[in-house]
Amino acid sequence: MLSVLANDLPALQVVVPLVSAPLCLILARWPRIVWLLCLAASWTSLAIAIELLDQVLSGGTISYAMGGWAAPWGIEYRIDAVNAYVILIVTGIASVVMPYANQSVAKEIPADRVPLFYALLMLCLTGLLGMTITGDAFNVFVFLEISSLSMYGLISMGRDRRALTSAFQYLVMGTIGGTFILVGIGFLYVVTGTLNMADLAMRLPEVTQLRTLHTGFAFLVVGIGLKLAMFPLHLWLPNAYAYAPSTATAFIAATATKVAVYALLRFVFTVIGPVIAYQDLPFGEIAKVLAVLGLVTGSFVAIFQENVKRMLAYSSVAQIGYILLGIGLATVMGLTASMLHLFNHALIKGALFMAVGCLFYRTRSVRLDDLRGIGRKMPWSFGAFVIAGLSLIGVPLTAGFVSKWYLVQASLEVGQWPLAVLVLGGSLLAIIYIWRVVEIAWFGSPSTRAAEATEAPLGLLIPTWILVLANLYFGTHTGLTVGVANLAARTLAEGLR
Amino acid sequence: MSPASAMQLAVALPVAASVPIVLTGRSPNLRELVTLVTAAVVLGLVGSTVPDVLAGERPELTLLQLLPGLSLTFRLEPLGMIFALVASFLWLVTSIYSIGYMRGHHEQNQTRFYACFALAIASALGVAFAGNMLTLFVAYELLSLSTYPLVTHAGTDEAKRAGRLYLGILMGTSIGFMLLAVMWTWHITGSLDFREGGLLAGQIEGPAAAALLALYVFGIGKAAVMPFHRWLPAAMVAPTPVSALLHAVAVVKSGVFAILKICVYLFGLDFLTSTGASDWLLYFAGATILIGSLIAMRQDNLKARLAYSTISQLSYIVAGALLASSLATTGAAMHIAMHAFGKITLFFCAGAILVAAHKTEISQMDGLGRVMPLTFSAFFIGSLSIIGLPPTGGTWSKFYLALGSLEAGQMWILVTLMISSVLNIAYLLPIPIRAFFAVSADSESQAIKEAPLPCLIAIGASTAGCLYLFFDPSVVYELARRIAGGG
Repeated sequence: MLSVLANDLPALQVVVPLVSAPLCLILARWPRIVWLLCLAASWTSLAIAIELLDQVLSGGTISYAMGGWAAPWGIEYRIDAVNAYVILIVTGIASVVMPYANQSVAKEIPADRVPLFYALLMLCLTGLLGMTITGDAFNVFVFLEISSLSMYGLISMGRDRRALTSAFQYLVMGTIGGTFILVGIGFLYVVTGTLNMADLAMRLPEVTQLRTLHTGFAFLVVGIGLKLAMFPLHLWLPNAYAYAPSTATAFIAATATKVAVYALLRFVFTVIGPVIAYQDLPFGEIAKVLAVLGLVTGSFVAIFQENVKRMLAYSSVAQIGYILLGIGLATVMGLTASMLHLFNHALIKGALFMAVGCLFYRTRSVRLDDLRGIGRKMPWSFGAFVIAGLSLIGVPLTAGFVSKWYLVQASLEVGQWPLAVLVLGGSLLAIIYIWRVVEIAWFGSPSTRAAEATEAPLGLLIPTWILVLANLYFGTHTGLTVGVANLAARTLAEGLR
Repeated sequence: MSPASAMQLAVALPVAASVPIVLTGRSPNLRELVTLVTAAVVLGLVGSTVPDVLAGERPELTLLQLLPGLSLTFRLEPLGMIFALVASFLWLVTSIYSIGYMRGHHEQNQTRFYACFALAIASALGVAFAGNMLTLFVAYELLSLSTYPLVTHAGTDEAKRAGRLYLGILMGTSIGFMLLAVMWTWHITGSLDFREGGLLAGQIEGPAAAALLALYVFGIGKAAVMPFHRWLPAAMVAPTPVSALLHAVAVVKSGVFAILKICVYLFGLDFLTSTGASDWLLYFAGATILIGSLIAMRQDNLKARLAYSTISQLSYIVAGALLASSLATTGAAMHIAMHAFGKITLFFCAGAILVAAHKTEISQMDGLGRVMPLTFSAFFIGSLSIIGLPPTGGTWSKFYLALGSLEAGQMWILVTLMISSVLNIAYLLPIPIRAFFAVSADSESQAIKEAPLPCLIAIGASTAGCLYLFFDPSVVYELARRIAGGG
C-alpha cells in the first residue's frame, strides 16, 4: 500500500490539500478539528515536498502521468530541481503559518466563517502547488485560477471594510492577468498544437509563424507579470496585503508571488527558450528596467506609509524587483540569486507579516501611530520584527545577506556595476523604512492601544520565531539553499547560449 | 590554552556574560561583579596570546563556512593584537569607572547598559581578530547595532536624533560603500583573506584601485573621515563611559583599524605606493586633521570639543595608513594605542566633572581645578599625550608618523601634523590652566568634591597608562614594527 502511495507522491502533493478543502466545510461544526485537519494536510504536504526534492536531487527529473495518460496527451506532472525547490518553499511556509493560524484566525475571523477561511486557505495551497508541479501549460492556468479565486476570498475576509474593495480590485486585475495568460497559452497552442511544456519546448524551434509566437509570449509575460506584481502591474498588491487577515497576508505574501515568478521562469526558460526571449525579444532588458523601477519606487513609497502592512507590501514590490533583476541578467549566477531570493524573501516576509500579526493580535491596529511604544510592551513580537527586518535589509548572518551577495556578484560578473550600486541602494532605503518603525515602536510614548497590550500568546510567537530563526539559520548555513538554488539555476539555464 | 581557543573565548565570554548581567539586574553589586570578572578574564586571555604573536605565530580559527570559499575566520596578527589589547584593557578600566559614574549620576536602565556594553566589546574584539574582510564587516556591523541602544540610552528626543544619525551614517556608508567594496574585492580576487603583502596587489589597475580604496575609506564611517564625521559629535549624547570607551576606543578605533588593515593586508603597502591609489585620499585625511582641530577650538561643551579632537586624531591614523610607508604604518598602529589612552583619560575626566560638579561647559570650569586637583591633573597629562609631548606615550606615535611622512616623501603631512599639534595645545591646555588658575565666578564651587572613588581609580589607571607608554612602549612598538614586515 505504502509503495503504491510512494509512486503517486506527485499527485498526492496536490490531492492532499485539495481533498482537505471540502472536508473543512463538511466538518464545519468542529472548528478545532478543521484546524487540525489543515495542520495535518500542510505538514503532510511538506513531508511529500521534502521526499520529492530528495528524489530529484538523487535521481533527476520525475515525470508523472496524471491518471496514467501518457504525455503529451495526458496531463504530465514534471518535477525537476526548480519546482521541487519552489514546492518546498510553499509547503514550508504553509506548515509554519498553519499553527499560527489557530489563534490568529479565531481572533480575526467571525466564528461562522472560520471553516470557510480554512477551506479557502487549503484551496489556495492546492492552486499554488498545482501551478508549480504541473508540466502542462493549460493546467498552469487552471491552478492559477484556483489559487487566485481563493485568494480573493481570503483577502475579502479582513475585518477592515476596505478589505472588500481591495479584494475586488485584485479580482479585476487578477482576472485580466489570468485572461492574458490564457490568451498567451492559446497562441502557443495555435502554432504548435500541444499544451505539454516539454512538448512545446521541442516544437517551438520549428515554428515559422514567429509573430504569433512573439505575441503569445508578450501576453504571457504581461499576464504573469500582473500576478507577480511586476512594476507597474503591482497596484493590486499593497491594498490586498494591507487589509487581508494576518494569516492570509503572511501566507500569500510569502508564497503567491514566488509561484508566479516560478511560472515566469518556466515559460521563459523551458517553454519559449532563452534564445527567443533574450535574443529575438528584449525580455532581458525589459525585466531589468522594470526590476530597477520596481525596487526604487517600491522602497521609496514604503518609506512614507503609515500602515505597517502596507509598508511591507511596498517593500515586497521592491523585493520582487531584486528577483526580477537576477532573471533579467540571464546568467547562472543571476538565476541563482533569484532562486535564492525566492526562498529567502519567503522567510523574511513570512516572518515580518507574522510578527506584525502578533502586534495586531493585541492592538487591533497596524497603523504606526497606534503602535507607538509597542516594542517595550511586546518585546518578543517586536524583536522578531527587528531581526526579520535586518534580514530584509540584508545584514550579514541573515538570509537576506546571502541573496544580495549573489545578486551583486551577478551584476559585477556581467560588468553592470550600476546595478550593484542600486541593489545596495535598495538596502539603504530598507534601513530607513524599517528603522522608522523601530524608532516609533521602541521610543514612542505608548499609545492608548499599546499601553494595554501584553505579549502575544505562545501560539503566535513560536511559529513566528521559527521563521525568524530560519532567517538566521539560512543566513549562516547556506549549503542547502545555495546548493539547490544553483542546481535549479543550472537546470533552467541549460538552454542558455 | 592554545592562542586560537583563547581568541575564541575572548569573544565568546562577553557575549555569554550578557546573560548573567541581565539575570542579576536586580542586584547591582552582583551585576557589576560579573562585568568586572569577565573583563579581567578577557584581558588575561588576550594578554596570554601576546608572546605567541611576538614569536611570529599567527593563530587561526574558522568559525563558520558561510558560502563556498567564504568563511568567518579569526586570525591574530600584530595589528589586531594591539587593538585587542587596548580594547580589553580599557574595558576593564571603563567597567570600574562606570560603576562610579552610572551610580553617581543616577542613570536609568543600567542593566541594559552593561549588557549592551559587553556585546559591543565582543564585537570590537571580533573586528580585532578578523581574519578576512567578511568577518571584519560582520563584526563591524554588529558593533554598530550593539552600540545603538547605548547611544540612545537617555531616550530623549536629542538621543533619538543622535541615534538616527549614528546608525544612518554608519550603516549607510558601510552598506552603501564598504559592502560594495567587499563584493568588488571578492569579484576581482575570489577571496577576502587578509594576506601579507596584499591580496589585491597586481590584480587591479590604477584608477580602479583608487576608486576601490575610496569606497573602503569612506565606507568605514567609524573612521570619521570628513564628510562622514557627523555621527561622532552627535553620539556624545550617550553617557560618558560610552563616549569614553566606544567613541575614544572601540568604535572609532575599529574604523581606523579596518582602514589600516585594508591598506596593509588587502592592498599591500608596495602596491599602494606603486599605483599612487592612496595619494588623493591623503588630502581628505589632512583636511580632516586640520578642520577637526579648528572646529574643536570653537566648542564650549567639553565633550563636543573632545569629539572633534577625536575626529582630527583619527585622521592621523588614516593618514598614516594612506602614506603606505612602513614607518608611517608603525606610527599609525602605535597611535591606536596612544590616542586611546590619552583620549579615554580626557573623557573620564569630563565625566568626573559632570558627576561631581554637574558642569558640561568649559567656560563654567574656572577654578574647578582647586577643588578637583586629581581630575584636572589627569586631564593635563591626557592632553599632553594627545598633543604628543613627553612624558606621555603620544610622543612616540607622532614621532613615527612624522618619520613616515618623510619616508613617503609627503612633507605637507608633516607640516599638517605640526600645525595640528599647535592647535591641540590651543584647545586642550587652556582647560586645566583655567581650572587651576582662573578665579571662579560663583561661590558654591567650594562645596564640590572629587568624583566617586571608582572613577578616580579608573582615571588613575588610564593616566598611568599614558605615562607608562612613554617610558616603556616596547610591547606596542614591537607589535607595530612587525605589521609592515619588520620581522
